[in-house]
Amino acid sequence: MTEGRNPQSPQQRERATTIFEKGAPGRRAFRAPDLDVPAVDGLIPAASRRAASPRLPEASEPEIVRHYVNLSKRNFDLDSGFYPLGSCTMKHNPRLHERVAALPGHARLHPLQDPRRAQGALELMFELQGALAEVAGLPHVSLQPSAGSHGELAGLLLTRAYHADRGEQRTKVLTPDSAHGTNPATVTMAGYEVVKVALDAAGGVDLDDLRAKTDENVACLMLTNPSTLGIFDPNIEQMASIVHETGATLYYDGANLNAIMGYSRPGDMGFDIVHFNLHKTFTQPHGGGGPGAGPIAVSDRIEPFLPRPQVVRRAPSNGGPPVYDLDEDRGGRESKSIGKLRGFQGNYGVFVRTYAYIRSLGAEGLKDVSEVAVLNANYVLARLREKVGDQLPLAFGERCMHEFVLSGAPMKKQLGIRTLDLAKRLLDHGVHPPTVYFPLVVEEALLVEPTETETRETLDQFVDAVAAIVAEAAQDPEIARNAPYTTPVRRLDEAGAAKRPRVRQAL
Amino acid sequence: MAGYTSVTPEDLAHMLDVIGVGSVEELFDGIPAGVRLRRPIDLPPGQPEQAVYAELRRLAARNVSTEDEITFLGAGMYDHYVPSIIDMLMSRSEFLTPYTPYQPEVSQGGLQVMFEYQTAISELTGLPVSNASVYEGPSAVGAAAYMAKLASKRPRLLVSRGVHPHSRATLETLAVGYGTTVEEIALEDGVTELDALRAALSDEVGAVVIQQPNFLGTIEDVTALSAAAHEHGALVICAADPLTLGVLEAPGNQGVDVCVGEGQSLGNRLDFGGPSFGFFAATEKHLRAMPGRIAGETTDADGRRGFVLTLQTREQHIRREKATSNICTSQALNALGGVVYLSWLGRQGIVELGELMLQRTHYARETLAALDGVTKLHDRPVVREFALRLAVSDREAVGRVLERCAAAGVNAGYALGRSYDEHPDGLLVAITEQRSRADIDRLAEVLGAAVAAERATVGAGATA
Ligand SMILES: Cc1ncc(COP(=O)(O)O)c(C=O)c1O
Repeated sequence: MTEGRNPQSPQQRERATTIFEKGAPGRRAFRAPDLDVPAVDGLIPAASRRAASPRLPEASEPEIVRHYVNLSKRNFDLDSGFYPLGSCTMKHNPRLHERVAALPGHARLHPLQDPRRAQGALELMFELQGALAEVAGLPHVSLQPSAGSHGELAGLLLTRAYHADRGEQRTKVLTPDSAHGTNPATVTMAGYEVVKVALDAAGGVDLDDLRAKTDENVACLMLTNPSTLGIFDPNIEQMASIVHETGATLYYDGANLNAIMGYSRPGDMGFDIVHFNLHKTFTQPHGGGGPGAGPIAVSDRIEPFLPRPQVVRRAPSNGGPPVYDLDEDRGGRESKSIGKLRGFQGNYGVFVRTYAYIRSLGAEGLKDVSEVAVLNANYVLARLREKVGDQLPLAFGERCMHEFVLSGAPMKKQLGIRTLDLAKRLLDHGVHPPTVYFPLVVEEALLVEPTETETRETLDQFVDAVAAIVAEAAQDPEIARNAPYTTPVRRLDEAGAAKRPRVRQAL
Repeated sequence: MAGYTSVTPEDLAHMLDVIGVGSVEELFDGIPAGVRLRRPIDLPPGQPEQAVYAELRRLAARNVSTEDEITFLGAGMYDHYVPSIIDMLMSRSEFLTPYTPYQPEVSQGGLQVMFEYQTAISELTGLPVSNASVYEGPSAVGAAAYMAKLASKRPRLLVSRGVHPHSRATLETLAVGYGTTVEEIALEDGVTELDALRAALSDEVGAVVIQQPNFLGTIEDVTALSAAAHEHGALVICAADPLTLGVLEAPGNQGVDVCVGEGQSLGNRLDFGGPSFGFFAATEKHLRAMPGRIAGETTDADGRRGFVLTLQTREQHIRREKATSNICTSQALNALGGVVYLSWLGRQGIVELGELMLQRTHYARETLAALDGVTKLHDRPVVREFALRLAVSDREAVGRVLERCAAAGVNAGYALGRSYDEHPDGLLVAITEQRSRADIDRLAEVLGAAVAAERATVGAGATA
């Protein structure tokens, strides 16, 4: 490969400069409205007056636009290419959603507007609560949490409140070895101790280990089903009864809901609390790391503890149209609510997009989502097993739900390239790599989630790219080991970055 | 039903053949019979795009937005002008549709944006290290308190009553989990009572939480409050309104250890409360204890400057139960809006905007306090928001006054009684660069009439 030694692309030749290194003293974009009131001195006490103005950029509007547009071109994005990042559900983001979320009636609505003048927003939230409850199979919904991990925290605080209400103090939360990192991190934040449950040979939760570890001190079992291995745990009913027998709750991490809509519902599996990742299953664009939203659905016994405010619908006694309201339960002595997890009502802009998505797809459309997500994943899996099954075998089982985990361990042994190298080389093929090194239970893991919105041609191209890289590595593993070559920058020194952290521009 | 899938009958036949099953349903055989949904999902059928658009427009039309009235409503989120370049940049595919930058070679745009954002937040707050965003304001306060608890292990947390009620409620909710007691420090004459803080402090206190300007709009003496807290080794967490930091001293220069806040006023829409972003900045020694993503500068294999997510050993995907926070997805796109806004506003603009709000706020406060039946809640300096007392009977009466104003096309502000029992007659009025002198004069006219009308009805009722 010569590209590496001889940078070719203009992007590679150009040194990255920040907005703080651009512009010139006195340059500006903003023009303030005229001061239309009498100027008065001394309104801020001297000690509180800012002594030195913040050194923000000084740049013109065209300069700012060019800077950020050029920066954007240094990103890979879902609109331009395949993004089979497992566990993240990188499905197409319909632009209709952006259009309707930007309507001033939604986008410029103040969160403290009198509910009587925010009836459209409250109706939307109420309807969305109902739709999510139906998808989850659990009757009560709070839209408040801001992301999946925030929903998890809500779920464990609800569990704590539920047990406290019964006079119980429980100390432990169970999570399987395959759990996402947010699960154990949340357990700690909620003041519990993590107890890990082992997996059985099929990749499911080991029932004997679960039985052995479930006692009166266990508050909750956190689970995702299908698991992060892409396998639907066939023992879910037994697991639910083991956990419920001791009075613990069962928490569903909804990151993998995209696999089962129309086929099964967490509530019907015995879960008490579910979070949704609206930025996964319900296609809120991921924005390079958010925003998202993590509403929760809960069973009757958890409902009294839900965060406030709740959106409610009241039928007026005169038979008029229903009126929507925010129930703050302010000072209500009967209230058992855990309170608030954040300000206002949650990420409403995300709710608008989700609502539009559910209206567009309807019941059959949501089922179609899951069917095609599972079909696409199995198709990619079957083709990869045929082409590179020896080097990248499926970690567990024969088939998968909406995603699957391959192990790169044989590839590493046979060809001398790691999963990381494969991922980096995929970048040269114009594909975003799958999730790597997660879940932790699989050596050299590669977690592939194609999603339902990709064409068969794209799936084929991906399989061909993986096969080409494996074949190339058999000839010369150095190529993958030093990849990528065509990206704006090449492999970055992450260890150096952590050792001498530079987290801001020196001004 | 169309959806966004693209499997033709030919595709389906081919794919099933490759997989080796006879139907799609077969792929779901692993789901045990006992947990299967045996009926269709109970939701209406799907609709074409134009029908969904019409439905969302119908709902939007049932809301009174800040385009439909002259609004003085603030209390944590503000009706600032969002420049057009932000809409353009935030809707670019390259910023809108990627995931968190796990592959830095193809994510330099997003990572550099984070680095620039962190620089801007550090500069605004006067604190050397910033993360790349947390969810929003009140949960940022909660995250800061959690960091303080991990650092100090102390069991008590003191919170000024001037801190946003949603932030205080969030602290209470979260503290139950990590085992801290939350105690409130009262306000006196619009600011945190320094003596009460001193009296409450002890070596058991891990952190003191204040807000600048506080919920009543008042400028706090952050330096004095910080010094008192530090005498007992407590950390100082300050929730700040970022758009006032062109004219107010940087919290980092006043002894604050952790400065957090709601980022909405920096180029983000109101969106009925979200999504926006929370910012989180701290002194150097907390760098490795911070929550969330942090972008760092480094070099690539050929020596080029580049950016990566750094110090990831703090985070949940590496440290799991030992992580400093559980946050994963945060608010990257909204933080992009924030840094573009700060670049657009610029070094001079942030001072000019702050000064404009300051002057108009003063004008509005004096004009409204001159009305019959309207007085200032206190006389202390304010920046962009202030509290009034209306000479009406109770909270309900304030509600009726606001109702009258709304009928005249003016949203007069936030009824303080909604969250402060001691101020049933309070009204919180917010000013932005979008509220001109003419708007303020209109508010004076409408509010004056509404208060007079309310007093007249009550007066008439009393004599009848
Ligand atoms: C399995 C799983 N659980 C939880 C999460 C956390 O969700 P969020 O990033 O929305 O906090 C994720 C995704 O990041 C996930 O993949």
